[in-house]
Amino acid sequence: MAGATHDGQLAITTQELQAMAGKSWVAAHAWPAIRKFIVTKPLGAIGGAVILLMVLTAIFADVLAPYDPYEISQLLQFKPPSLSHWLGTDEFGRDLLTRLIYGARIALFIGLTAAFVGATAGAVLGVISAYMGGKVDLILQRVMDVMLAFPLLILALAIVSVLGRSLPNVVLAIAIPIIPRTTRIVRSSALSIKEHIYVEAARAVGSSHPWVIMRHIIPNTMAPYLIMLTAQFGNAILVEASLSFLGLGTAEPTPSWGLMLSGGAVSYAEKAPWVAIFPGLAISLAVFGFNLFGDSLRDALDPKLRHRT
Amino acid sequence: MWQYIIKRILLMIPTLLGAALVVFLLMHVVPGDIALLILGTGEQGGDVNLQDLERLRTKMGLNRPLYEQFFSWVWNIAHLDFGTSLWSGAPVLEELRIRLPLTLEVALFATLISTIIAIPLGTLAAIRQDTWVDYGVRVVSIGGLAIPAFWTGILIILFLVIYFEWSPPLVFVPFWEDPWENFAQLVFPIVTVGYRNAAIGTRMTRSAVLEVMREDYIRTAWAKGLQERIVVIKHTLKNAMLPVITIIGAELAFLLGGLVVTETVFTLNGLGRFMVDAILHRDIPVVQTMVLITAFIIVFVNLIVDLLYAWLDPRISYR
Repeated sequence: MAGATHDGQLAITTQELQAMAGKSWVAAHAWPAIRKFIVTKPLGAIGGAVILLMVLTAIFADVLAPYDPYEISQLLQFKPPSLSHWLGTDEFGRDLLTRLIYGARIALFIGLTAAFVGATAGAVLGVISAYMGGKVDLILQRVMDVMLAFPLLILALAIVSVLGRSLPNVVLAIAIPIIPRTTRIVRSSALSIKEHIYVEAARAVGSSHPWVIMRHIIPNTMAPYLIMLTAQFGNAILVEASLSFLGLGTAEPTPSWGLMLSGGAVSYAEKAPWVAIFPGLAISLAVFGFNLFGDSLRDALDPKLRHRT
Repeated sequence: MWQYIIKRILLMIPTLLGAALVVFLLMHVVPGDIALLILGTGEQGGDVNLQDLERLRTKMGLNRPLYEQFFSWVWNIAHLDFGTSLWSGAPVLEELRIRLPLTLEVALFATLISTIIAIPLGTLAAIRQDTWVDYGVRVVSIGGLAIPAFWTGILIILFLVIYFEWSPPLVFVPFWEDPWENFAQLVFPIVTVGYRNAAIGTRMTRSAVLEVMREDYIRTAWAKGLQERIVVIKHTLKNAMLPVITIIGAELAFLLGGLVVTETVFTLNGLGRFMVDAILHRDIPVVQTMVLITAFIIVFVNLIVDLLYAWLDPRISYR
């Protein structure tokens, strides 16, 4: 961009201006923030790297995967890890590495969608509950209390057992139990924001309720929302894996990590231990990455937990 | 104190009724009705014999108005009549009686072991925040949360099968019949569940201790020149224990959720396995009851934790 001015042309196009502004914003804010995060929260940075790796694997699965994830071959049944099949093959002769790579797509899709839907719905309810107060708050909170009485997995199981095990139903079954957990956290943060003078001032000048909520409350509840969102990514991936493992999540032949561990994995443990080891490793690594990142993000965003100075 | 206890018990009733309503509505949102679902039209898409359908509807009382079904279900449960399993034909109460000791034993021992590990480890991580000790403890505890319980179970089984030619127990031996055999049967499920719970407890202890260590009275304790041991044990831990107790209590109750997969891996015939089997067999009345019982146990354990809380923290008990 700068080259244009060196040639004696003083005029700068709008595009160049935007590019420079963009560059300077990244240089001024984003990079120092990322660098600081990496230096002060090395574990969080490791988590971030794992997430990035997983996202790239999911995006470029078609390029990275050496075989077709659905291709069945009796000849290749239970081949141990070798140069042609790095992680071996399963009971249907399918390449395990290929299925793990495609599995990243399923895990990310279900994990991200369910966590996003659940956490966002929960956050909206939390803000409404705190802002409206009175009866709305009372009723919403009692409903949330009741929903919190069900463990995440049990509620998800019950929902899947009734709705059936299609992909949208599995996402819904994982998202619903996340709602009360997020509502609670966001509500408590919105309650304190509501009492701030700037909110009172906004109301005094006649701003409408939706405007106050959108302009003042929501931006200030972003930190707890983001913390809950990242914390729930890992949880959602884990619940999906558990549902699939129990035979109540995604169905064969979908290359889902949890599904790969159900059925054959235990029965053939002695004959083909790699079938039981690698998918579990993938699940653990993914959830580990999200938890590590979420944990450090919470430490960084929550002033209470910052290191003593 | 008594007033507080009575108030808390009375507050439990709406939550329990609410939980019953949620479970009931959940089981009735299905398009068509439960009878159709049980007879298996959903996924297989086969034809249903209309007579069978009508018979099942009458048996389950689905012909009655919804509110009547709900109240009669709640009334029966209040009288400990949990109905009969559509799959086995046995009363659900009887099935629960057989399975409860196993699940309870695993849950209690796993909680005990995890508490013994979690409190010292979490405290150590907090008082050495952002050092390698802290990082190490956090990696182990986040690992505990990241590793699915069924995978830990599979790895343990893999190890046992390869090195000890282990095979899953066919019949559960209660503790009072043969303590050693009972221990051998349950130690691995307990370790599997306990590791996960220890991870949760460690994280909670760490953040609770960190929070208390920011308080003024801790600064005063340091300023007085007290030894680290005294500041940590007498001043910090005592005050940090409240949230830790809450999370241990909550986890004990939520263990039922975790046991669903652990019992499946180790082929243990406990409550979790019972529920999974019921779902797979489309035994909806059992699923409905099991989900509700889980919620009841959680509400009940929460009550005990709350009372314990009030007992430990004098500021709460006089409210």
